[in-house]
Amino acid sequence: MTDTMNVETTAAQPRRLPVWVIILAFVLLVGFLVLIAWGLNRSMRGAISVGDTVPGFTMTTFDGQPVDTSEYAGKVILVNFWASWCKPCEQEARELEEAYQHYKDSGDVVFIGLTYVDTEPNSLAYLKKFGITYPNGPDLATKVSQIFRVRGVPETFIIDRAGRLAYFKAGPFTSTEEIVGIVEGILNK
Amino acid sequence: MTKRSILVIFSLIIMMIGFLLPGSRPAVAQNPQPTPSDNEVNRVAKQMYCPVCENIPLDVCPTQACADWRELIRQKLTEGWTDQQIKVYFAQQYGDRVLAEPPASGLNWLVYIMPWVAFLIGVVIVWRVIVSMRRKASTTAPTRSPDVVEARGGDDPYLRELEEELKNKE
Repeated sequence: MTDTMNVETTAAQPRRLPVWVIILAFVLLVGFLVLIAWGLNRSMRGAISVGDTVPGFTMTTFDGQPVDTSEYAGKVILVNFWASWCKPCEQEARELEEAYQHYKDSGDVVFIGLTYVDTEPNSLAYLKKFGITYPNGPDLATKVSQIFRVRGVPETFIIDRAGRLAYFKAGPFTSTEEIVGIVEGILNK
Repeated sequence: MTKRSILVIFSLIIMMIGFLLPGSRPAVAQNPQPTPSDNEVNRVAKQMYCPVCENIPLDVCPTQACADWRELIRQKLTEGWTDQQIKVYFAQQYGDRVLAEPPASGLNWLVYIMPWVAFLIGVVIVWRVIVSMRRKASTTAPTRSPDVVEARGGDDPYLRELEEELKNKE
């Protein structure tokens, strides 16, 4: 005689997670996804566009002079990013200084140079080598280059009297006339 | 040997002992720190990343910018700076992004917390799956029901008849 085997068919009910745990998990997941999206959006943004209002920024020159662009309202501001290790930057170094000398006494145009991930001794040697006299300083913690979303050097941004980006150039200027011509066009707008 | 010569020899011995004792030597102009070797520079450089190229550690980066940075590290080491001081200086100059390990502040905390949170969530999920599998296995396993004995001859007519026949034979 065979024993009768009885198989229980009533499966145990699966324990469900508490509602607050499920909600918390979703909130964390959504928050994490938003964070990733924000980071991606930030990193994928291209260079600042012509016509955009440029936020004000501050810097300190190599000789310790503070520079605040908000004090130059109504003036044209030329911002040049460079580095001593950048060979193309050398092509425009003297031309930028000559253009600065051209506008120095008028007071309508402000020249600012910012070094991009460069070492201070090399930057100072570069300034001396090319006889650059307009305000130059390090871009500490790359804060200013992040405002302009600089991708490389040299890059030059010219801000008009209204504080909007009027001109952008990636790469070196080829002559002093080229710089003066562009600045004149912005001054006469 | 005269008394004077004994005194001279004794004085010379005292002077020699004094010269040999550490800390008693006259100050000599010397380099406070020897020039750091490439290995010492790279020990610090490998804790940082190239500022202009993507994801290349500073110690193996071939660009001129990185060579300049390594030279700056060598200069700082020569001046007696510690690894930590150099890293802080580079972070101040070029931003936290140059550090291989971002400082644990602000949103950077997520970098340190998220792996552990993910690990804990994984442990909880695995634990729950194992518990539910064991429970399912124990509930679906064939078991001998306690009323089997009662069923013998109870509900089953064949068994009941068999039981009765056995009784009659007795």
